[in-house]
Amino acid sequence: MSNITDLSLSELVSNVKNKKLSSHDVTSEYVERSKKSKNLNTYIEETFEAALKKAKEFDSKPDFNKKLPGIPIAIKDLFCTRNVKTTASSKILNNFIPTYESTVTQNLWNDGAILLGKLNCDEFAMGSSNETSYFGNVISPIDKDLVPGGSSGGSASALAAKLTPATIGTDTGGSIRQPASFTGTVGLKPTYGSCSRYGIVAFASSLDQAGPMTRNVNDAALLLEVMSSFDNKDSTSVDFKRPMYSKDLSKDIKGKKIGIPKEYRVDGMSEEIEKLWEDGKNYLKDCGAEIIDVSLPHTKFALPTYYIVAPAEASSNLARYDGVKYGFRTEGNNLIDMYEKTRSAGFGDEVKRRIMIGTYVLSSGYYDAYYLKAQKVRRLIKNDFNNIFQKVDAILTPSTPSSAFKIGDKSNDPVSMYLNDIFTVPVNLAGLPGISIPAGLDKKGYPLGLQIIGKSFDEQNILNIAYSMEDKINFKFNLKEWWMND
Amino acid sequence: MSIDLKTVKHISKLSRISLDEQKAKKLETDLNSIFKWIEQLNELKTENIEPLSSIAETKLRLRKDEIKSKNIREEILKNSPDENKDFFVVPKVVE
Repeated sequence: MSNITDLSLSELVSNVKNKKLSSHDVTSEYVERSKKSKNLNTYIEETFEAALKKAKEFDSKPDFNKKLPGIPIAIKDLFCTRNVKTTASSKILNNFIPTYESTVTQNLWNDGAILLGKLNCDEFAMGSSNETSYFGNVISPIDKDLVPGGSSGGSASALAAKLTPATIGTDTGGSIRQPASFTGTVGLKPTYGSCSRYGIVAFASSLDQAGPMTRNVNDAALLLEVMSSFDNKDSTSVDFKRPMYSKDLSKDIKGKKIGIPKEYRVDGMSEEIEKLWEDGKNYLKDCGAEIIDVSLPHTKFALPTYYIVAPAEASSNLARYDGVKYGFRTEGNNLIDMYEKTRSAGFGDEVKRRIMIGTYVLSSGYYDAYYLKAQKVRRLIKNDFNNIFQKVDAILTPSTPSSAFKIGDKSNDPVSMYLNDIFTVPVNLAGLPGISIPAGLDKKGYPLGLQIIGKSFDEQNILNIAYSMEDKINFKFNLKEWWMND
Repeated sequence: MSIDLKTVKHISKLSRISLDEQKAKKLETDLNSIFKWIEQLNELKTENIEPLSSIAETKLRLRKDEIKSKNIREEILKNSPDENKDFFVVPKVVE
């Protein structure tokens, strides 16, 4: 057998079920590899000893009916984990130990998975490069100078470096799909309401969704199947019959109509991305799908809309970190002074910037001009998608306007950083599902991704399309293990 | 519309985030470039458009008002910022 850490999630599951591997075999391999990979700065909290103990417990009383039998998984540090520190990569939550478990992670453990540790991300998931974390930026295994993308950068990096067989992230404007695209992995943002938001540190509540990040499409289907559930603890959770995504996965996409939105051909788009998109269309045609040109006329307004809506919701969600209820506090001369000093010392610059934007657009005299305006444009963006989904079954776009950029390249220019999410943000505003799959390499040899956007709750369809394309693309990345220590 | 230093300081007050002069100036530059970019929304006429506040757009569910989590007092007190066995102790926040 090849190295345990080279196996996909689905392969691990079948090996454990066939008793070719024990949970302890798998867990100890991942623990060893993670220990040798500290240079990537992916882990904020390691729970290796507890994981090994749980693996032994599983092996002594194995339940092979579980979908993730004794499989170790490291997760983004935005999910609350009972009795395990949860920081959202912020100083202000540096010593927060939840006494409850997020629904999504509870679903993983209920199906046999074991927590390996908590992974670095942008502070409160605000960022596209993992440079805003209080715990330092994450390094991409693709190249030491590159960002892994963000905000689920630690998840993407750990997955691509094979420090975990699969992982979960959250996606508010592209935070699963963009880092997946940058690291040559698969990332899926489900329809708003598919995965419970209970116990996930809130950023922008009308946009946040948790989703799987995996090495292939089959694994994404399996992990989504476990993560997604109706939950009374989340008032926006939707009660629908959830398919068995992995069991129903099919390569038959004959006759499917795929839309190509002309507005996504943005100014200055590189030839490489053009070609990637063109190749994607050809793969789909080879699979028997029909390509249809469509228009999403309000596309260019999605990012400015997002940068009103998301900070507005964030400024409200982050009001709770005031030095009173959570551990971190900076004393002041009076109550207001304590609030101001605590929040000034506890939040990083990007988080402060977004709280300030949000506060401004919600403040007296500006609410109508900004916040209400953005909510109206959000309606137009959603209507665009509704209209073209009368004619097509899914949409194909690039995942990002470029491959991964260098650490420090965009950190001084917020707008150029925000523009990275140009192809992913509209999907969140409309609440739709989107998946990014690795589709090729650019001239520098860095991964590029293609995104498939589907109708609400039509995850099975975009998974099937991605599954068919994956076969044709046959993406290979020769990972050199330059970061490993003995 | 441009945002001056006075406005930045006003927003920082509303946000309960203290800023030194240097940070305030940096934010003035950042916020101006961000809002200049956001202004493009004004190209769109939206008078008769219904604002969209939630994708779910469903009615909130009703449920019985009953206790589901029992005996979690000690669990909750674990997160009290000051060590105390009996109460969740916080600074005085009301006069």
